[in-house]
Amino acid sequence: MVETSPLELVGRAVDLASSYGAEQCDAFANAQTESTVSIRLGEIEKLIEATSRSLGLRVITGGRTAVCSTSDFTDAAFEQFVADTVELAAISAPDEFAGLPEPESLASKGADSLQLYDERIEILSLDERINVARSCEAAALSFDSRITNSEGASLSTSIGEVALANSRGFAASYPATSISLSTEALADDKDGKKRNAWWFSAERNLRSLMDPETLGRIAAQRAVDQLGARKTETKRVPVIFEPMMAARLAGDVAGCATGGALYRGATFLAGRVGELIASPLVNVVDDPTLPARAGSRPFDGEGVSARRNVLFEEGRFAGFLFDCYTARRMDSKTTGSAQRGVASLPEPGPANLIFEPGATAAEDIVADTTEGLLVTALMGFGFNPTTGDYSRGVGGFWIENGAIAYPVAEANISGNISSMLADVDAVGSDLSWFGSTAAPTIRISQMTVSGV
Amino acid sequence: MSEPSSEAQQFFAERYGIDSARIASLLSDSLTQGGDFAELFFEHRTNGAISLEDQQVKSAARSVEQGVGIRVVKGDSIGYAYTESLDPEAMRLAAGTAARIGEGADSSSVFDTTPVGATESYYGGDPLLSDEPAAAKVALLERADRAARAYDPSIARVDASIGDERKVVLVARSDGQIVGDVQPLMRFNVMALSQRGENRQTARTGGGGRLGVEYFERITPEETAREAARQAVLLQDAVDAPAGEVPVVLAAGDSGILLHEAIGHGLEADFNRKGTSNYTDRIGQSVASELVTVIDDATIDESRGSINVDDEGNATKRNTLIEGGVLRGYLHDEISARHFKTEPTGSGRRQSFKHPIMPRMTNTLMLPGPSTPDEVIGSVERGIYCVAFSGGQVNISNGDFVFSTTEAYLIEKGKITAPLRTTNLIGNGPEALSRVSMVANDYALSDGRWTCGKEGQSVPVGVGLPTVLVSAMTVGGTQLG
Repeated sequence: MVETSPLELVGRAVDLASSYGAEQCDAFANAQTESTVSIRLGEIEKLIEATSRSLGLRVITGGRTAVCSTSDFTDAAFEQFVADTVELAAISAPDEFAGLPEPESLASKGADSLQLYDERIEILSLDERINVARSCEAAALSFDSRITNSEGASLSTSIGEVALANSRGFAASYPATSISLSTEALADDKDGKKRNAWWFSAERNLRSLMDPETLGRIAAQRAVDQLGARKTETKRVPVIFEPMMAARLAGDVAGCATGGALYRGATFLAGRVGELIASPLVNVVDDPTLPARAGSRPFDGEGVSARRNVLFEEGRFAGFLFDCYTARRMDSKTTGSAQRGVASLPEPGPANLIFEPGATAAEDIVADTTEGLLVTALMGFGFNPTTGDYSRGVGGFWIENGAIAYPVAEANISGNISSMLADVDAVGSDLSWFGSTAAPTIRISQMTVSGV
Repeated sequence: MSEPSSEAQQFFAERYGIDSARIASLLSDSLTQGGDFAELFFEHRTNGAISLEDQQVKSAARSVEQGVGIRVVKGDSIGYAYTESLDPEAMRLAAGTAARIGEGADSSSVFDTTPVGATESYYGGDPLLSDEPAAAKVALLERADRAARAYDPSIARVDASIGDERKVVLVARSDGQIVGDVQPLMRFNVMALSQRGENRQTARTGGGGRLGVEYFERITPEETAREAARQAVLLQDAVDAPAGEVPVVLAAGDSGILLHEAIGHGLEADFNRKGTSNYTDRIGQSVASELVTVIDDATIDESRGSINVDDEGNATKRNTLIEGGVLRGYLHDEISARHFKTEPTGSGRRQSFKHPIMPRMTNTLMLPGPSTPDEVIGSVERGIYCVAFSGGQVNISNGDFVFSTTEAYLIEKGKITAPLRTTNLIGNGPEALSRVSMVANDYALSDGRWTCGKEGQSVPVGVGLPTVLVSAMTVGGTQLG
């Protein structure tokens, strides 16, 4: 049985849909082989391996849109699937803004320069995978006698191909790999409470993956550092976000800087393009054209050439991320930011989101803080994109006189993201990548910290 | 043959030729390298969704997924493989991949598989929403849109969506058991945006469960829509929440998410098997106020979290987790039950055939107590009253949790006063449960809208709670003092 390639599948879907009467259509397909090895306390806990293929078809006829997905590629089922999708479009209302990208915005460049594929992942043997996960967990367990347990270590890889074709003649595909390693270490506190910490690395290629033992030691160090964590008093103080937490904050901001949030009226950034919203220290970009990054891609989910987009430049809000639909609707142009899953319509969003580093060493930011909170964990979903109200559970460290005084648990920080951006008064030079998001240490001059 | 287990068996046999002989041969292939136990999980799932955005049907969507997940267990270790192709060769390859976890001689034998029927069905669906014409679904969305706009002139935008799922599953195990199920699931959601000048506030509400169009006879689209509109308008006048520790009254129903997050996850036996939960080795001990009795019950008619059989083919039931404050048991799948030398609790669940089994909650509830809701609220001098939540998260290892309110009020001198802006409740599960000082007699199940995420897998769940007073909890507002 020779498998049809994703590129052939999307071509077939587009040809069939056109022949069944679709005015415009595009198809997106994904084929991948994924593999996961999980080790816990030195023993194999899970071995998972699977190959999967799925395809999503979008049909637009008379401005009416339908999107369907399938993983059944037998001839009869596939033909029925395409026919059903064409028919389903009749349900929706005509929308003058629905439609494929203009031909001139479609990508012509391949993915060759992006280094999205690493052959070494293909030839990684099961024994090698087991060894990577095992050495990562072993490094965490042996790091400190106070590390008493482990949630294990997992190594996952994916080898796949992404393809897109549309009825305007676009057809392209590219192979891509990913590899990720994570572990979680636990320590026992005096009162019997467990302190856990997790760390990970997610990359396109094996070479960039963090050394497994280093990763294990980071997780262990972070668990031990939380021993003795306690509640803090309720007061307004400067709050420092370490890079991983600053990356989360950047993600919240970017989610509000999309055409989808804009036309739905669900963003505090509505009507504020060109406004100086953030501190001049704040520079945020989205760049899918960086080589070998987790979010890099030659074209977006609609086939539009990927490009670098600036979100904040020296504090000024530079503009929204758009796909074709939201751009037309807001009388703007696509920024090549369409994200696409097989089962849903394209939605604009960031690819590789970067909160750009500043010139200050991260240690100096802490040293320069008389009293404040260093955030190393965020919990919960307390963010309202419409108003910018922000309230999240946090863990981290209390800072007194420029040094860490004690670990903090069960605290909350709250404010409004608009004023938080304006109050950024330090940006570190320690840019760090977490999958497809990068950020340095940042400090916000004042937030409400709730404790007892 | 309308009984769900038989219906599922017939479905896979007729459509994909998956009969007893094919199942027996795949189970043999799975145990060629010495696994202790093998299980095949066949799934065929159809999802439909229509969304109305600002008075227009933006798009209609439909997806079909099918496949088999094959698990081979050796001790506490598992080998797992899946394929979306139900072609015999593809399934045989997947069985061979999963078999690799075994490290020994061929343990396969002649499998004498016995189809069993589910004893009872907890699902509604008369008719199923998935069988309704699209135009009827659009009409329901339009009714919601009109009702939300009519509620208040400030309602500037309404989005509504309707979704249905029909999932046919078949579980075949190397101990000879074959059982199937046909699981309906529907949801109806409304988002309303209230705009007054530059001030925009949005609120979301919705519900559903394992039933069909009869849902709308109980809760009309208009009621759901007016509720979203009411919450959005209410937020226009909301004040900042206090910051720091105050008494917290959790209203009946939706507040059950506290229970789910604060202690439910810590009682899933996989964490206790690994010794990574704060409830490890604490069965028989007091872990909560004596007012607290908590159950996990998969057998509530038509509830979003209910299932006839779990994803390992075990019958589901009502499990007591905490009784009068004392920890009675954990939620088990086959692996953890074997580890603890106890019976499975019917709690083995997975997102789909692509995902391995874990012990999971179904409908997690706190049983009612002796007080009235008015007594509970009236007892609070200064605190907050929480009605609806957008979500929560817990650190299972130590029970620290956070959950976010969408509808909450100040309590001043025993009376509910000003509505509060979105805020967080922060606490620790065991500590919060020991601080439950009053429990009312008004137990309610939340309307079906919760989805639980664990290790990257999402499953539908139900939550429920009576009105409860927690004597002190940290509130993450901005108002000091």
